[in-house]
Amino acid sequence: MADSHANAMATLTPMGKPNIEHANPLARTMLAKLDYDQLTNCMRCGFCLPACPTFRETGLEPESPRGRIALMKAVADGLMDPDQVFQDQMNHCLGCRACEPACPADVKYGQLIEQARDAIEDHAEHPAAVKGLRKLAFKGVFPHQSRMKWVGRSLAAYQKSGLRSIVRGSGLMKLFPAHMRDMERILPDASGKGVVERVGTLYPAKGEKIATVALFRGCIMDVMFAETNVNTVKLLAEAGFEVVIPSEQGCCGALHAHSGEMEQARALARANLDAFKAADVSYIVSNAGGCGALLVEYDHLLSEDPEYRELAAWFASRVIDVSRLLAEQGRLPVFEETDEHASTGPIRITYQDSCHLRNVMKSGDAPRKLMRQVANVSFIEMKEADRCCGSAGIYNLTHPEMAGQILEHKMEHANDTGARYLLTSNPGCLLQMKAGVEKHGAGEQMEVKHVVDFLYERIAERQE
Amino acid sequence: MIDAVLTKRLRQIVGENNYRDDQEARISHSYDGTPMLQSLPDGVIYPSSTEQVSEIMKALAAYRVPVVSRGSGSNLCGGTVPVAGGVVMVMHRMNRILEIDMENLTATVQPGIITGEFIAHVESLGLFYPPDPSSMKISTIGGNIAECSGGLRGLKYGTTKDYVIGLEAVLASGDIIRTGGKLMKDVAGYDLTKLLVGSEGTLAIITEATLKLVPPPASKKTMLAMYKDLYGAARTVSRIIEGKIIPATLEFMDNPTIRVVDDFAKLGLPRDMEAILLIEQDGDSETVERDIAKIREICELEQADRIEVAENREQAEKLLTARRSAFTALARLRPTTMLEDATVPRSRIAEMVLRINEIARKYDVAIATFGHAGDGNLHPTATTDARDKEEVHRVEQAFEDIFQAAIEFGGTITGEHGVGLVKAPFLEWKVGPAGLEVMKGIKNAFDPHHLLNPGKIFAKETRKRVVIERG
Repeated sequence: MADSHANAMATLTPMGKPNIEHANPLARTMLAKLDYDQLTNCMRCGFCLPACPTFRETGLEPESPRGRIALMKAVADGLMDPDQVFQDQMNHCLGCRACEPACPADVKYGQLIEQARDAIEDHAEHPAAVKGLRKLAFKGVFPHQSRMKWVGRSLAAYQKSGLRSIVRGSGLMKLFPAHMRDMERILPDASGKGVVERVGTLYPAKGEKIATVALFRGCIMDVMFAETNVNTVKLLAEAGFEVVIPSEQGCCGALHAHSGEMEQARALARANLDAFKAADVSYIVSNAGGCGALLVEYDHLLSEDPEYRELAAWFASRVIDVSRLLAEQGRLPVFEETDEHASTGPIRITYQDSCHLRNVMKSGDAPRKLMRQVANVSFIEMKEADRCCGSAGIYNLTHPEMAGQILEHKMEHANDTGARYLLTSNPGCLLQMKAGVEKHGAGEQMEVKHVVDFLYERIAERQE
Repeated sequence: MIDAVLTKRLRQIVGENNYRDDQEARISHSYDGTPMLQSLPDGVIYPSSTEQVSEIMKALAAYRVPVVSRGSGSNLCGGTVPVAGGVVMVMHRMNRILEIDMENLTATVQPGIITGEFIAHVESLGLFYPPDPSSMKISTIGGNIAECSGGLRGLKYGTTKDYVIGLEAVLASGDIIRTGGKLMKDVAGYDLTKLLVGSEGTLAIITEATLKLVPPPASKKTMLAMYKDLYGAARTVSRIIEGKIIPATLEFMDNPTIRVVDDFAKLGLPRDMEAILLIEQDGDSETVERDIAKIREICELEQADRIEVAENREQAEKLLTARRSAFTALARLRPTTMLEDATVPRSRIAEMVLRINEIARKYDVAIATFGHAGDGNLHPTATTDARDKEEVHRVEQAFEDIFQAAIEFGGTITGEHGVGLVKAPFLEWKVGPAGLEVMKGIKNAFDPHHLLNPGKIFAKETRKRVVIERG
């Protein structure tokens, strides 16, 4: 009895899409691009609602994953026109994917929202200025590491030449919207010298080698946070890993994929696969949750590319976050806080999750494990640390109002911890939290750092 | 379509942004947690006070426009799908805890508060609100009251109806009534409080509730018992109750559920077991220890194949994982998951489970059963694909047979999900023609123009019962 029953439960019958001829061109593209099986998989139980930051802020059903999926399906089914309100709603999602772990039916919401944005972008009529900016950013700069370096050098020149102080003093920044001003203030010192220029393409392990791993350096990471990349390499070496850094690698394509530029994202993925395929490594290490989350999904991104499909699956299966690799397989050095503050008792640290590290790479435990290992430090779990900080790629620049609202609530919890350091695992979150501390920080200034930097600076005894 | 003058009036009452009739608002309020149901409302309104609700009702009544009040729309009976159009009234903005009265041990809340958040707050004060529907992370107290939600703790602690002692509600006319109060005894007239609990938004719109709180149990212990014989598991349930022990939790999973859960959660469950019981007892630690020891004896006597008693909270969490994963594991099998709640006297559980399996085979559909064995409330769950009309039809036929079997065993068509749209054609099977007439009379007394959640509970036509002769 039970057997026939269980067998019946295992048979899957993919039913495909409805056969509808849409008059509206965007509706036609939506139906073509959306994974209709995923739309059907949503059973509308509503379990995703409390996990969703925009639903929590607004309390409105269309601002929830269930609501957005219902809207997508209604467009695909011809029940509604994909009007401007619909398009705005698709872009209003932070893409934090906190809804995915909450979903009993395992609906791939992240893929659906990217497919919807991709369809919308196909038909978008941006004003000329926006179009130019998008083209410049997505096609002109991010894909080219040399141009990113140029941006880095220019920014560094701006920051160091005194031009920054002139600009700030002149009130020129007042011409920009407030949220842009906030961002300009907290940008770290950029550099035109990336990790390869600083440590080369091969960095040996300290002591007996556990494995050879490749570093995914990222585009923004390597310009704005090159120091973190260097510390990542050195920390991995301290823990027993030999690190190679394929120099041909470029932007991961995450910002493109999240903004509906799927073809561009695929092109970048292919270039990275070419750059890494020669490296015979056990792992490909990312130190930015936002990049890592796309890297682990390269297999899905290129699932319909016969030439790259296999390579993409190989690549995706090897991607791991630096915290997880260290926590699970590293030979960890002794970490110790020697700061003067520590003399009066352990200093408090707290952590803001990178949504993509937690919800997509499922590695939220690893950074916490590492932080708890540092001597003279007490780790305080921040309330709702697992909720998006509002950074969400470039969301804080495109939707400043919602991002600002979310950040304000986030900072209330951050301040409650009384932490001296707030640590993160992703550059976007790091900048957003810095902006938060600038704006809403309470009392003694809280310092925001990448987990890797914090740990590397606290290695008690380095190996020779 | 809503009249332009009425639209203007509604916006006057709640403010420009809190009444919407655009595509986005209408589409996103056209469904609830029930599979395969969708119907567009004409507008969506978000009131923020009882006075606003009253004014809205007066305006809608004047134009004879129907209204469906709802919380998060997570119900499983089609209870908040606006099948007659009209206005959907979302109560989320009315989400405050108005008072926790530590002297009377009561809480007074607005209906839009999320049940899980309310429970967390109450527990932070060292008190206990027992009703725990599985949807409590998102469902609202108002929604729980409208559906009289149950949950895992129903056997020992009762369901929502046992904790609602006072209500404020707005009638279809816009008049405001207050029922009950902070009173443990109150026999002044008909018990309108209990009548409104479980009335599914068809009699009035609940705008405030006074809830009874209780002291929390001091300790809790969890155990798991596995059986190769379904009747052994069923007899265990009966014997525990006969032994004058009322466990806090007494949950059941059948063989198809065990297999699916094991595939999903990789718990290493023995796949040849016909039933698993998850049992918890709470109270002062001496009683808990004694009860669990007694229950263990009963399980052994009924030849449980394996018994595991958790020694600490961590182990308990592990044991709970199997039962907690049941819904998730089933939901991932196929695109559409239909979760029902046929309920029988607990002495008939084994027969009912066997009958469900028989019915699933008869219609060649996949149905796994888990649920609350202690109170006879089962969740036969069918996994299918809404796009396969022929298979869905067979699933519906199977459920019809299951409802009929439940009635045959002295049970009911719904234990905790409500009648709504889905079970309206079967209501008469349970309550009989005279019972149905009385209910219709009550409906007419409250809502003569049928403006409140029309189309629910009462079907146009009762499904014909096929009487099968059993040899």
